[in-house]
Amino acid sequence: MNVKLQNLTKRFPARGKRAKQEVHAVRELSFEVPDGMLVGLLGPSGCGKTTTLNMICGLETPSEGRIFFGEEDVTDLPPELRGVGMVFQNYALYPHLTVMQNILFPLQNLKGAQRLSSQEMRRRAMEAAQLVQIEELLDRRPKELSGGQQQRVAIARALVKMPRVLLLDEPLSNLDARLRLQTREEICKIQKKTGITTLFVTHDQEEAMSISDRIVVMRAGVLMQQGVPQQVYDDPANLFVAKFLGTPPINVFAASVRGERLFLGESPVLEVPGAADQEVWAGIRPEGLVPQADGPMACQLHRVEAMGRDVSIVCRHPACQADTLRAMIGSVHQVDPASAEVRFALRPEKVFLFNKEDETRIPFAAARKGEDGAQ
Amino acid sequence: MNRNANKAWLYLLPAIVLLGAFLIYPLVDVLIYSVEEGYNFASQTYTGVGGYNYLYVLHDPYFLQALKNTFILVIITVPLSTGIALVISTGLSSIRPLRQLYQTIYFLPYVTNTLAVGLVFMILFQRTEYTDGLVNLMLGWFGAGPVDFINGPYWAKMFVLCFYTIWVVLPFKILVLTSALASVNPDYYRAARVDGTSRTRIFFRITLPMISPMLVYLVITGFIGAFKAYGDAVALFGTDLNAAGMNTIVGYVYDMLYGDSGGYPSYASAAAIVLFAIVLTITCINLLVSRKQYRD
Repeated sequence: MNVKLQNLTKRFPARGKRAKQEVHAVRELSFEVPDGMLVGLLGPSGCGKTTTLNMICGLETPSEGRIFFGEEDVTDLPPELRGVGMVFQNYALYPHLTVMQNILFPLQNLKGAQRLSSQEMRRRAMEAAQLVQIEELLDRRPKELSGGQQQRVAIARALVKMPRVLLLDEPLSNLDARLRLQTREEICKIQKKTGITTLFVTHDQEEAMSISDRIVVMRAGVLMQQGVPQQVYDDPANLFVAKFLGTPPINVFAASVRGERLFLGESPVLEVPGAADQEVWAGIRPEGLVPQADGPMACQLHRVEAMGRDVSIVCRHPACQADTLRAMIGSVHQVDPASAEVRFALRPEKVFLFNKEDETRIPFAAARKGEDGAQ
Repeated sequence: MNRNANKAWLYLLPAIVLLGAFLIYPLVDVLIYSVEEGYNFASQTYTGVGGYNYLYVLHDPYFLQALKNTFILVIITVPLSTGIALVISTGLSSIRPLRQLYQTIYFLPYVTNTLAVGLVFMILFQRTEYTDGLVNLMLGWFGAGPVDFINGPYWAKMFVLCFYTIWVVLPFKILVLTSALASVNPDYYRAARVDGTSRTRIFFRITLPMISPMLVYLVITGFIGAFKAYGDAVALFGTDLNAAGMNTIVGYVYDMLYGDSGGYPSYASAAAIVLFAIVLTITCINLLVSRKQYRD
């Protein structure tokens, strides 16, 4: 079952006396969640991710646009007829019911022909519980469970109705760092096992990149880019996406293109064939900076952070938009922490140019690897 | 350690003194009064110690009438007022426009003086030389004969008393329940909606259990409050409640002390102790039931 959003728009009426403008939470949003895939809806907080999720779920009605589950237009259907399972950010487990009663709750709502015998209900609930491995917790109350266990119960409750689509709202944000790693793998595993089309919302790019088959990046209610995580990372459509994805974040420089060469300040650092002469934002991924004694880019060395597998070099450059820039290099490279200056060569596939006005990507024909001596 | 303990006692002293003087001492005193037989108010002497005062009170038709009245009042008003408050506050929390206004209107009786409210009820129910009262006027439209609610049959008087009591206690209950309802996390309702839960099921399986601690609180305080009813009856039927047959236990205690038939602190104390025992028993039962329910 693939989920398709078509020009989805959500406007909220203006709040307060002064505000006259209505709020556009989501604008003309179109994307598709392919059948059986795990898709991460990613963006900074307040960008309309949760509103989008709520519209897919049926808790909010879109102001404009349609939502399709497969061929079926579900835009005007109430949530229970859409066949969605939803996991809320705070899990919303009913505190006065046991885990078993919580999981049974959606099944007990079924009416008429759909109504199951109580035996069948229990069997289905047990199945869901086994899937998320909480069989031994069935008689507990939510408050007697850890955050991770509550999350699993919430997932079991969402899955017990065998929904066509599973929606998760910030599934990991209430967990501590260690549990987060474990739980995200768990979610990935459960999704693969059930093969259910899943959409989850997150503001954590690492979370989204690590488990999603596809990611959809949003900003201020507008779709920025969608695609396979690595592809989006390697080929960002605009400065926002480039900045939003990747840890440590991309280094952004005020730069200019002159005669198909990229200049940082007055020094040329890279050949950019095909790019017209103009002022640009140049984004260089931390792994795109390779230390080289005669490299074209000179930086003031600030400090060297050894992190075991990698070495992170923090340095300064006058054109850099942030205070410091960071280069991630393999530990095979030797950089003397005492030296005042470090020189880098650039890997062209890790360098992106963006229009200074609208921040869209300016393509250039990257020289093939090895040609500029950066390898 | 010891010095600390002394300090602690010092800090507790004001509260202990006040509670002792105005709560513990009177309680003990009442208990003592209630077992002193043949106590004379003027000479402050008594003839013996025993259970006669209790026997007298429990055989006094006025007391039995007061007991019956109080029980009827409690059994009718506590469930009804709590139920009505629940309905109204559920309604209040599901409407958006003018909610503040409705809340204010529903809360007005709470800030109104009991006797002033009594006056309003007089206009509603009292028969005078010129009119049979507003309610009788309305009853007349439906062809029902005029009923004397203040001096008429027992059921009519009891109806007015119950009506009045419910009306007076309602605002506080609505206030408590509205805030209890507002404090339920809306995500529970959203989760229930995603699962297609019907409105009635949401109400009984989610809303009610969520606000049940507040309901228990209201029922317990409601029971205690209704058992202590007195002022309401006076506001409606005047001070001679025995003659009206509308006396309550607290009214009986008051009459025994200061009323026309008064001057019997021993009987009053015995009646007060009986009331105390009843309220204590009912409250304990309430707590046991609610705790058991909460555990299941």
